[in-house]
Amino acid sequence: MGTDGDVMEGHLSMLREYLPILLFLGIATGLSAIMVIASLIVARQHPDSEKLSAYECGFEAFEDARHKFDVRFYLVAILFIIFDLEVAFLFPWAVTLGEIGLFGFWSMVVFLGVLTIGFAYEWRKGALEWE
Amino acid sequence: MGENGFNFMPAWPELFLAVGGMLLLMIGVFRGPKGREAAATWSPAHAINARSVTWLAIGLLVITAFIVSGQPIERSVIFAGMFVSDAFSIFAKLLILLGSALTLILAIDYNEREQMARFEYAVLILFATVGMMAMVSANDLISLYLGLELQSLSLYVVAAFRRDSLQSTEAGLKYFVLGALSSGMLLYGASLVYGFAGTTSFPGLAAIVADQAAEAPLGLIFGLVFVSAGLAFKVAAAPFHMWTPDVYEGSPTPVTAFFSVAPKIAATALFVRVMIEPFGALGDQWWQIIWVISILSMGLGAFAAINQTNIKRLMAYSSIGHIGYALVGLVSGDETGVRGVLTYVAIYLFMNVATFAVILCMRRQGKSVERIDDLSGLATTQPLLAAALAICMFSMSGIPPLAGFFGKLYVFLPAIAAGYYGLAVIGVLTSVVSAFYYLRVVKIMYFDEPAPAFDQPIGTAMCIVLAGTSLFTLLFFVYPAPLLGAAAVAAAALFAG
Amino acid sequence: MLIHALCFYLFAAILVASAVMVIAARNPVHSVLFLILGFFNAAGLFVLMGAEFLAMILVVVYVGAVAVLFLFVVMMLDVDFAALRSGFLRYLPIGGLIGLILLAELALIVGAWSFAPEAASASQLPIPDPSQISNTHALGLILYTDYVYAFQMSGLILLVAMVGAIVLTLREREGVRRQDVSRQINRTREQSIEVVKVPTRGGV
Repeated sequence: MGTDGDVMEGHLSMLREYLPILLFLGIATGLSAIMVIASLIVARQHPDSEKLSAYECGFEAFEDARHKFDVRFYLVAILFIIFDLEVAFLFPWAVTLGEIGLFGFWSMVVFLGVLTIGFAYEWRKGALEWE
Repeated sequence: MGENGFNFMPAWPELFLAVGGMLLLMIGVFRGPKGREAAATWSPAHAINARSVTWLAIGLLVITAFIVSGQPIERSVIFAGMFVSDAFSIFAKLLILLGSALTLILAIDYNEREQMARFEYAVLILFATVGMMAMVSANDLISLYLGLELQSLSLYVVAAFRRDSLQSTEAGLKYFVLGALSSGMLLYGASLVYGFAGTTSFPGLAAIVADQAAEAPLGLIFGLVFVSAGLAFKVAAAPFHMWTPDVYEGSPTPVTAFFSVAPKIAATALFVRVMIEPFGALGDQWWQIIWVISILSMGLGAFAAINQTNIKRLMAYSSIGHIGYALVGLVSGDETGVRGVLTYVAIYLFMNVATFAVILCMRRQGKSVERIDDLSGLATTQPLLAAALAICMFSMSGIPPLAGFFGKLYVFLPAIAAGYYGLAVIGVLTSVVSAFYYLRVVKIMYFDEPAPAFDQPIGTAMCIVLAGTSLFTLLFFVYPAPLLGAAAVAAAALFAG
Repeated sequence: MLIHALCFYLFAAILVASAVMVIAARNPVHSVLFLILGFFNAAGLFVLMGAEFLAMILVVVYVGAVAVLFLFVVMMLDVDFAALRSGFLRYLPIGGLIGLILLAELALIVGAWSFAPEAASASQLPIPDPSQISNTHALGLILYTDYVYAFQMSGLILLVAMVGAIVLTLREREGVRRQDVSRQINRTREQSIEVVKVPTRGGV
């Protein structure tokens, strides 16, 4: 498949495509840092307890901002992760569908079938119902 | 790629069981209670559904066992070298399927009484069994890990299956955290091995390791150490046993029964395969690790169990001890040693299922009791039950002519033949110590004041399982040839390649 | 090459720093945010190694989903984190010792690292040239055919995860209105509409 030198060269040419993203990241970080620092330096700061407290439509905060979440959120989130992973498997498949033949196609269909069974299970169980 | 003619036949049992498990999931959820009742924690409708699904699952396991036993015992490697089917894997798979089926039968009545009968239990056990079968058929570090995770993930869930019980959820959480840690160690070791050798397949590793065995590089040895630590976690050998007592005590009893047989056998078989196949040439390095693990497990199993008052905890320490004995066979690292390991776990399966069947019968006024003292005077109230447990206890302590004695015999003999005298002596000494607490149970049953009788009846299926397994333990010496012969063929398969 | 090295040290330094902050931050929500920062930097390292696909998956799956799940769990548990942290100092010596041992081992391994001479040829499949074929493409070529067994096993693992999550957390709740399609369709005119003769000026 080519010597080590070729591989290295190909690697670097791939990295070059990421250079704009790197520049973008650098500028974004720099700009936001400048904004924060500038407001610290330039603006006048006279903090007092009233100014620093959370503003809630003019009245005192009723309770702690950290609610206990219902376990339902967790269930939905974990089901989301599972299907998120499933989608991650779809990307390489979609890219190479023309080359991996019928076997590759059916291999993904079986995989999706397994997860569809899971989906049917959770639907039927009522795991997707809210109020 | 696709055209290289995939041959599914060697993996047909796994395929069948996995598809069957999914089918049962669908049957359970579509035929079970509907709508609002479905999400309820428990209702009688769940129990009826669970009972039929569980029996179907047992049927599936039995059919799979027949398929497995019909497989050719020649070694065949498929799926680009990730999956192997040989006599060794077939032997281990049969034990695993038997263990899963028997413990599922034990679970039916208990789950209903404890109002935790939901059909997912059987389905999860089926998926765990698929994972265990994949483990013993692994021919690559990747497929090893995938099988292990499929198994472990299902086990974490069933450990916490009684989700309203604090103990059960704690058991599930503990098992999960420590299991994840051990998987991490295993993966770390595997990545070191891969980094050194550039391959994850067992035959590929074996070739490279054999080439380098003379002066094995540090990275490879560290990888081997981490892999064996991870596997020792999975078989619950000391000093990686910390999770065992709590998980065994906290999990619902049928789950404990399951944990103590099928996953243990699968992990032991995997351990043996990983040590012998890819790392066989490094035997000079790993026998010391296994030697230490084995001695620590035997010692801990003997001494820590003495003070236990809870029978499930006692069984946890006893299982740690038994793994120690089984690993004695691995230390010798030859064909007879592996045959000893396989014979040991097979006999252990029957003794343990019988013991847990008795433990599951321990209930008064509809409530399960777990203290050893609750057994007192069982011989007068329920002589048959007491006799069955006594057989198991004698057998576990290794008193001839019961099955447990032969199990120990076949691991100690190769160790002596290979020159590990110290190990064999320590093994015999710890057996004597452990006999103390096994026999204490017998003494409590036969010579103490009778406590109120346990609830009757215990159920037909339970009776059959209990009678079958304890008779096997009792009468193994009459006709041991089939098991020993099968184990010998299985062990030979590992050294053929 | 210089930028390459510079980026590596930048990403690695931020990754280590944010990993330290994950365990050092007082507020668990901050810990999760540092974890996300760590994920991003790890993704950057993956890109530098040429593993584009892994980098993107790390961002999509870990930052997009796993970190959110962590946040939920942090918010869900009513744990007194100060109390949880109280054992920190007590366990610091032993934890630090184990960490040091691991570090020393790692140093030993890295110091004495050697590859098996056969390592390059042992890999089952040749490593493709990244300038010829993209990462995603190379993965796709083997994942669904050569590694079909691993692929389907991961499908089963995901299924078990799904079943397990539902088994352990789904509970019946009061006052949930469910849609029952067959009941909706089976509703007849008679059940829904009542024709009433209303007398003039009488009202209903």
